[in-house]
Amino acid sequence: MLHLLNGPQTLGNGRGFWISAGFVLAAALIYPAFADPYDVGNFAYFLIWVFMALGLCLMWGYGGMLSFGQTFFFGIGGYAYGVFSVDLGNAYGMALGDFAMAVLLAGLAAAILGYLMIYGRIGGVFFGIVTLSVTLALAFFLGQTAGPEWAIGEARLNGFNGMQGMSPLSIPWFGGGIDLEETALYYFVLILLVCTYLALRVLVNSRVGNVLVAVREDPQRTELLGYDVRRFQFGAFVLGSMLAAVSGVLYTSWGQFITPSSIGLPAAAMPIVWVAFSGRSDLTAVLVGTFVLLAVFQTLTIYSEQAALILMGLILVVTVMVAPQGCFVGLSRIANRLPKRNRTLRVPSAEPG
Amino acid sequence: MAALLEIAGASKSFGGVFAVADVDLAVEAGDIHCLIGPNGAGKSTLFKLVVGTYPPTAGRIVFKGTDITQAKSFARVAQGMSIKLQAPSVFKALTVRQNLHIALQDHVARHAIGTEEDRLLETLGLTSDAHRPAGLLSHGQQQWLEIGMALALRPVLLLLDEPTAGLSSDETYRTGELVKRLNAEGTTMLIVEHDMAFVRQIATGVTVLHLGRIFARGSIDEIVSDSRVAEIYLGTPHGQ
Repeated sequence: MLHLLNGPQTLGNGRGFWISAGFVLAAALIYPAFADPYDVGNFAYFLIWVFMALGLCLMWGYGGMLSFGQTFFFGIGGYAYGVFSVDLGNAYGMALGDFAMAVLLAGLAAAILGYLMIYGRIGGVFFGIVTLSVTLALAFFLGQTAGPEWAIGEARLNGFNGMQGMSPLSIPWFGGGIDLEETALYYFVLILLVCTYLALRVLVNSRVGNVLVAVREDPQRTELLGYDVRRFQFGAFVLGSMLAAVSGVLYTSWGQFITPSSIGLPAAAMPIVWVAFSGRSDLTAVLVGTFVLLAVFQTLTIYSEQAALILMGLILVVTVMVAPQGCFVGLSRIANRLPKRNRTLRVPSAEPG
Repeated sequence: MAALLEIAGASKSFGGVFAVADVDLAVEAGDIHCLIGPNGAGKSTLFKLVVGTYPPTAGRIVFKGTDITQAKSFARVAQGMSIKLQAPSVFKALTVRQNLHIALQDHVARHAIGTEEDRLLETLGLTSDAHRPAGLLSHGQQQWLEIGMALALRPVLLLLDEPTAGLSSDETYRTGELVKRLNAEGTTMLIVEHDMAFVRQIATGVTVLHLGRIFARGSIDEIVSDSRVAEIYLGTPHGQ
């Protein structure tokens, strides 16, 4: 089993890594026993965003496609969950059905957009521009849906104030469902995240991951080795975008609201910041880095208020200058005396984006 | 028996200018066929038509009896072609071993990939560089690695565009010996080349292109003794 999880496309393949990972997971599992429910809910909130970051890591760090559209799919997932939840309810496990349908809907949107871009040979910086454009268009569109005519069934879109009143996720149980809030939500998100992370590790260390990395390095060379490059890019784009939708659904369920501002420009830049800061070429770095950065940002916001954004900017500038490949990829190289095979893998790509 | 690769009436124009015009060419199984000609003769354009970089303006390309005129490059490779372009293009940030792995993974059973990588590294003389990023290899080593990757696909037809560009005379000679050995093992080759000493070392058949058209064809001795070929290479006008 372990040999599927390990490989040249991931840092941290040794016994030491997996033992530490086991300890971290154990600590995360017993954490709610010692913390108050508010903090647990807060931790869940940090974890919710990591799916979106992992999705971007897959497309950008492994596949070389810089998508500015993570919040586009986050928004589709979040709003779709809201609409399904209000119109279809969440009884008898329907909430999980709403979840699945919202993510599939985002997947369909990603398939359409991805097909047009990738098979239309839009690449490089234009990939970022097109994805950013559709993201801003969606945010702008949702912002002007304030009137009562903008409703899907019972679900009012509510313009700039956003949708409210959807029910939280719940899982069916004997004698009624368990609503996933605070501690229950934390466990749900944690388990889902662990499964997602492991599945992505298997993926990037498989044949598909090898080809994705090859496409990032040199698409023409990859095609001349007999691979249909566009199919791999398309698959990575759809999967990465669906992970953003997972974040969107979980976020909407967590706060029971979603607004267009979680889609617009400042929000759309955040996943790129997290992934670039953490080290885009490695899943573990992005997992840890995104969590840490969100926690730091929240702490900075509490203690320094307006200065938080400036301090975050400073952290980013320093990271880019000191460790261009990302903070946690850089740290892992210094801290662990990695096997030579892995250390030589992460030479930053010459191609920007 | 039909030729392994048949090009019939192939033309390619860019904005009305014909880089390749009405070219017929057949490569028989077992050949090492060299395509030569002065600069601007249309060699690289013809090569790109065979590779599938772009489709011809007119004409047909048939490989192993299948019309591949409109097929994409990856589909041609899947049918048994293997291609090495002129500029060395290896995955620079990945290790030498990973470069080979990516080339091998669809052609060798999973459990045998490691052994096959070792064998190729040995053949290419890159065993001690296996864990280095390919971008750190010398120019000649990168050329060889790329030939190794092309071979990893177990091709029926190997297409090489100026494989000796930028190599020292010793490296060129060794590349020639490698080409002959591979041919003896059953790989047919179509090679675009400048270096006449190299062509003499390897070729079983030669086609000369000039101004996008077939100018002469035959064995290397016939081509070398053809005064018209010397003229186009030296740039003296016909008949003077």
